[in-house]
Amino acid sequence: MVNAVSCYFTKVERNANLERLQYNYLFPEISERELRHVNKYPNAKVISLGIGDTTEPLPEIIASSMADYARSLSTPQGYKGYGAEQGNKELRKAIAETFYKDMGIKDSEVFVSDGSQCDISRLQMLFGSNMSIAVQDPSFPAYIDTGVIIGQTGNYEKESGRYQNIAYMECGPENNFFPDLPKTARTDIIFFCSPNNPTGHASSREQLEQLVEFAQQNGSIIVYDSAYAVYITDGPRSIYEIPGARKVAIEVSSFSKIAGFTGVRLGWTVVPEELVYSNGFPVINDFNRIVCTCFNGASNIAQAGGLACLSSDGFKAVLSNVNYYKENAKILMNTFTSLGLRVYGGVNAPYVWVHFPGSNSWDVFNEILEKTHIITVPGSGFGPGGREFIRVTAFGHRENILEASERLRSFLS
Amino acid sequence: MSVIHQNLSTSISSSTSTFLGHNNLKSIKSSNVSIPGRISGVINCVATPSAEKTAYKTKVSRNENMGKLQAGYLFPEIARRRAAHMLKYPDAQVISLGIGDTTEPIPEVITSAMAKRSYALSTVEGYTGYGAEQGEKQLRAAIAKTYYENLGIEEDDIFVSDGAKSDISRLQVLFGSKVTMAVQDPSYPAYVDSSVILGQTGQFQKDVEKYGNIEYMKCTPENGFFPDLSAIRRTDIIFFCSPNNPTGYAASREQLTRLVEFAKENGSIIVFDSAYAMYISDDNPRSIFEIPGAKEVSMEVSSFSKYAGFTGVRLGWTAIPKELLYSDGFPVAKDFNRIVCTCFNGASNIAQAGGLACVSPEGIKAMHEVVGFYKENTDIIVETFNSLGFKVYGGKNAPYVWIYFPGQSSWDVFSEILEKTHVVTTPGSGFGPGGEGFIRVSAFGHRENVLEACRRFKQLYK
Repeated sequence: MVNAVSCYFTKVERNANLERLQYNYLFPEISERELRHVNKYPNAKVISLGIGDTTEPLPEIIASSMADYARSLSTPQGYKGYGAEQGNKELRKAIAETFYKDMGIKDSEVFVSDGSQCDISRLQMLFGSNMSIAVQDPSFPAYIDTGVIIGQTGNYEKESGRYQNIAYMECGPENNFFPDLPKTARTDIIFFCSPNNPTGHASSREQLEQLVEFAQQNGSIIVYDSAYAVYITDGPRSIYEIPGARKVAIEVSSFSKIAGFTGVRLGWTVVPEELVYSNGFPVINDFNRIVCTCFNGASNIAQAGGLACLSSDGFKAVLSNVNYYKENAKILMNTFTSLGLRVYGGVNAPYVWVHFPGSNSWDVFNEILEKTHIITVPGSGFGPGGREFIRVTAFGHRENILEASERLRSFLS
Repeated sequence: MSVIHQNLSTSISSSTSTFLGHNNLKSIKSSNVSIPGRISGVINCVATPSAEKTAYKTKVSRNENMGKLQAGYLFPEIARRRAAHMLKYPDAQVISLGIGDTTEPIPEVITSAMAKRSYALSTVEGYTGYGAEQGEKQLRAAIAKTYYENLGIEEDDIFVSDGAKSDISRLQVLFGSKVTMAVQDPSYPAYVDSSVILGQTGQFQKDVEKYGNIEYMKCTPENGFFPDLSAIRRTDIIFFCSPNNPTGYAASREQLTRLVEFAKENGSIIVFDSAYAMYISDDNPRSIFEIPGAKEVSMEVSSFSKYAGFTGVRLGWTAIPKELLYSDGFPVAKDFNRIVCTCFNGASNIAQAGGLACVSPEGIKAMHEVVGFYKENTDIIVETFNSLGFKVYGGKNAPYVWIYFPGQSSWDVFSEILEKTHVVTTPGSGFGPGGEGFIRVSAFGHRENVLEACRRFKQLYK
């Protein structure tokens, strides 16, 4: 962005919180690097295993439901204007029934959205700047970045790679990728992603019970990100499978990685009625107010697609893509393992987390990119705990996954 | 409509006066009840689980900014009242001229583009995942060309969104809690409400019905619906909507020139909401960027909602010139880009395909037709109230008619109209204290409903 030649400055001060952000948001940074690389090597066949972007086409049953819905908007009977900000009634019901069966989650506790990234920000607006937050280290960067933007954090400390006033809960091979809770300071909010992006670790029932107990003892609120739950081979999928979670947890999820809706934009957040602030005020009431004031509902066409995803045939079709990506993950896991590298994740998530002990992940990222034309994501983009790791996504066409595996084998052996 | 509000409407006593009454809401947490003046006004109907279920409380403090909000957001409240009314009169043919919700089908050229994109997503060649958070290149370029040709706004100044309401909040997140803001009074409630949520305001002052620390720029018949800028104190941000929701007034070139000058002198940033620009009949400016010097002091928010009936499809944009800089010279667009990349993930690709069709030559023609239809509705409503001897404003350059009911509480008039004609309108005070004494009638509706509503108005007020 070129600084203006006109030299007129307004008298409005730049938001200091924005100034506090250290780098670009991680994924646009990866995109930019990919672009530069493509320009540098126009003939190279670059394979993207970086940004976790789905690649396989939508099942026809889902695409055609959206096409039909779009066309019906041209008819007097089918036209719909503003929808309920909380989402289409039927869809809320289908989400509750599909993902929260027997967990006591009501339709009225489900808020349909245009995706987790947006929901996380709306939750931060809900919480406000006077909150303390804890995040896993490493974790999806949006929790920290939105925390900085809203004003929950102090300054960035270069030496530690951390923002002040955030509790970083280290998750590494040493502690089986589950934080040492007794050593963790109390915070108001605990962001917890399971299966985890980027490590791929899916917490066990026992671990989640510990987490819920920890939250109860501290009077904290868990924001549980279950965007990858469908990738779980075995283990709890929702925080609400844990007794007592309804009193302490919000769950955020998304159709992005379930249904390939990364561009279509659809997700949801569950706020149980029992979740109340210290003064007894229900969190759901304020979240509803946020949703009505700062949002106007997810696109009705996307919601029609969501409903199709949750139909019996739709869900089968969607899971077949999920399994495709899980197969990809297996292939990648085998590749790295066969090279003698320590590999984590990949079993319950579409991410493979590869350890390069003693290295700087940006260096490894650059070297892999330069020598194999494969885009990955350097672990330190997810927090200082990711410093020696590389995240490889399992989203991709099978032939690209196989080709990438070949290249990695050549390069790393 | 809010499900919580929906749940409540069935438990509230059916008589109008009692449901406005405080006492029947004993079981409901009333921390946000607003009783402006002597009239029971908008009530923040808050559902509370019954006492025995809330034994466990977290130790997380409620965001005090949320506590400052006086009532529910305006339009869900209107929806709630409409629902309650329909329960009370199940056989009445209730006509909605309240919430500005489009009613006419979307032109086929636009929906077929969305259908096509949907199908394409099921093919190998056509599937796309994450789009650029700022919007698809083609669409950004087309918006710049369609709405800002020769105004120096380029493709990369355009940020495509899921609509103006979301954009307004993201702009507030961008600005942060330390900025001061000015709004027109009356105005679209999202500016004030998002400001409260972000912590820019003080408490609500019941006597004047204003939040502390907001500069309310009164727009009334007396000042021709343009604020007396000499009486306005400096604020960092000025929200300005033209054509205005709810008054319908479209500022003139001369007035906008003065506004830009005012902003320039004060070093303020104008957030110009041009969501209704296509409704302008005169040669009033459609974009703030038609005013020389505007690029250094303003950004513009707009939407396909009221042009293409995209209220449910969700698509809009914000234009931020490169010349718009903070006091330290940092470009505002750069920070907005960061917000968009972090707090958003792009508008739905299918909606964007629709948007591209909207700004094709055929799409623009089709949008003009739909807009024209609603403008005819507006004429009918204006004529009706004129013929009844009311002072009628707006209507010419916007799909809203702003009717004066001197000396009356707008919620009372709203209730009376609803009770006696089964027509839903919007009480002016919902838009700010400057709206007291006015009713907003929106012109979105099927022609026969608009005609029928007008027949009923004529009955009531003859």
